[in-house]
Amino acid sequence: MSDGKMAILNGKGVTKVFGLGDKKTVAVDHVDFSFKKGEIISIVGESGSGKTTLFKMILGLINMTEGEMFFQEKPRDIKGYAKKREYWKNIQAIFQDPFSSFNMFTKIDSVLLDCINLSGGKNLSKKEKDEKMTEACSFVNLKYAELTNKYPFELSGGQMQRLMIARIFLLKPRILMADEPTSMIDACSRATILDMLLKLRDETDMTVVFITHDIGLAYYISDTVYIMEHGKFVEHGSAEEVIINPQAAYTKRLISDVPKIHEEWDLSTVS
Amino acid sequence: MKNTIKQLRHSSQFMVGFVILVAILLLIIIYPIFVTADPLEMVGRGTFFKPGTYVSVVDAVTDGASTQKSYTLNLDTSASRLNARLSMEDREAMVDWLVRFGGVAEGGISTSDDDVPALLELWSEKYDSTNPQKGLIAAKKKYYVRLDKSLKELNNSTDMILAAQGEDGLEQTGTIADDSYVNVKDIANQRTFILGTDNFGRDVLTELVAATKTSIIIGLIAGVVATAIGLFLGLFAGFIGGVVDDFIMFVTNLFTVIPSFVILILISYSVGASARGVTMVAVIIGLTSWPWTTRSVRSQVISLRNRDHVNMSKLSGHSVIRIILVDILPYVASYVVMAFILQISSGILAEAQLSMLGLGPATTTTATLGLMMNWAMTYTAHLNGSWWAYFPVILTIALISFSLNLMNTGLDQVFNPTLRD
Ligand SMILES: Nc1ncnc2c1ncn2[C@@H]1O[C@H](COP(=O)(O)OP(=O)(O)OP(=O)(O)O)[C@@H](O)[C@H]1O
Ligand SMILES: [Mg+2]
Repeated sequence: MSDGKMAILNGKGVTKVFGLGDKKTVAVDHVDFSFKKGEIISIVGESGSGKTTLFKMILGLINMTEGEMFFQEKPRDIKGYAKKREYWKNIQAIFQDPFSSFNMFTKIDSVLLDCINLSGGKNLSKKEKDEKMTEACSFVNLKYAELTNKYPFELSGGQMQRLMIARIFLLKPRILMADEPTSMIDACSRATILDMLLKLRDETDMTVVFITHDIGLAYYISDTVYIMEHGKFVEHGSAEEVIINPQAAYTKRLISDVPKIHEEWDLSTVS
Repeated sequence: MKNTIKQLRHSSQFMVGFVILVAILLLIIIYPIFVTADPLEMVGRGTFFKPGTYVSVVDAVTDGASTQKSYTLNLDTSASRLNARLSMEDREAMVDWLVRFGGVAEGGISTSDDDVPALLELWSEKYDSTNPQKGLIAAKKKYYVRLDKSLKELNNSTDMILAAQGEDGLEQTGTIADDSYVNVKDIANQRTFILGTDNFGRDVLTELVAATKTSIIIGLIAGVVATAIGLFLGLFAGFIGGVVDDFIMFVTNLFTVIPSFVILILISYSVGASARGVTMVAVIIGLTSWPWTTRSVRSQVISLRNRDHVNMSKLSGHSVIRIILVDILPYVASYVVMAFILQISSGILAEAQLSMLGLGPATTTTATLGLMMNWAMTYTAHLNGSWWAYFPVILTIALISFSLNLMNTGLDQVFNPTLRD
């Protein structure tokens, strides 16, 4: 709020505990956050720190054990499936594993068609729908003609991730949650995909929450960075603040694990 | 899908099971086309006729004697017929008697076919029922008297006169020579019972084919009912969770804790004999065997419902019904097919068990495999050696469940690649 931008999603004391008794795992432990409209936020942490768990709670796919969230500064009410469906009109996601993100039994045309129907294009003619799908595909450098009548398992991991972004392009949600969307692909395609996400943000002013274990990547794309360790946010702030001048020991360790980050990532090259 | 079928063709277990099942199905489809008789028609008066071809005695005699269809064959008729009729046991008993009481030297006469005329001659010369026969029990003595009597008849059966009841007493209508033969094919009335007849004089083979058909239908109905209920409850319990899940699992566990066969017996009993038709029994079996389909579908759905493609579908705003049908069902379909096959097999077995207890379909118009077993058991076929009344039924039940289980194992290997060797 300090920079005048409206907070789109806030969390207070968000906690998730898996299991009971001896087998209890506190995956997310009383975290507070505030995501502002149009921002790119990175959540950085190593494997098992609870990133995906938090991601799913924000999406409303799993329930919080404790804590509350505010959507557009009003308490988020997603009790019951009908209210969840309403909430999901505002928030979309790219999942960690593209191979398990698609129904293997339905053709991918239907994935994009669903998005058009959902974003109010139900009554468009078939030709208009085709045009929209072609546009979405070309946005992510995919050829629509090559995709029609194909099943998801006939695509590569990178193609699937791009298809996911095409989906977001059609839906234009207010918030995009992306759980390591580049984990499956080579460095070159990774840059392309990140550029696509940034372009999408610039076009639609959506909030992008980017989850990654790669602190260099977080620095490269984000406005705000949250550092997560064992289910807790140990540090947060603007990308420059956190990475150039880390406070928490954990952040320092994360940064030192990235080889020669200061030489590689010159501030002036990042706009 | 195409791939799966291709893989199935290479699974030898599936193919063996499939071929056996298709053979059984073909038999129950084709057989009734050729044998149109009512499978429960009582062909014979009497119980448990041995397998074989039965000819009308009257036709055989009259055709042979009074028409031109009689053949005179130059076979060593009397000797060979004697040989065929005189069993080895009787021959041994005769030799034994002759050696002990007839003063014939041991080894002086053998029981071979060549010696039969000599043996008979010796017998008629030496046998004397008034002989004290020391050391023989009374039953044995009686046996020799009977043997002697039938041997005399054997010796006398040369030419025979056929007579019919005329106006004033018997009138000769023809004679049958010792060497008269008739061709079996010329005898008008004959019937082959490949598997004999059952306790009511019904043709076992025809009955068996009809029973197999009914039992498979029972298995199918029971399988459809059980799989439909199990699938429906499993999908909803697994996907919706919470109170719905708790309630469904409570009922399911109730059914699992009490052995389903006990419930089956109780329901069958309380329904009453008059209402227990084939369909009713099949539905009752289906109604008691869904719990394990529910349990396993539910556990599969629970592991599926948190998959990302389901989450994607939710985020795309799809309804619960659509998610279950489009995003969950296809993933459990292969599993459900396998469960269905097992349900058919266990449905057939359950009917057999119920019927053996007398709680199966109460009907006199259709046979089932279980009823055939029940009849064979009630009329003690297993005690009087009438193997044809129950063994083919057991074999059929075994073959059906063997083939279905083989198919299931084959499917399992194709659907769960980790099980493949
Ligand atoms: N459904 C679950 N049941 C029990 N424990 C879980 C479950 N999901 C996650 N956890 C536990 O919660 C912790 C955090 O898991 P999470 O998947 O959020 O990690 P992550 O930060 O996303 O890791 P990664 O970078 O490997 O994806 C882990 O210790 C994990 O074992
Ligand atoms: Mg994760």
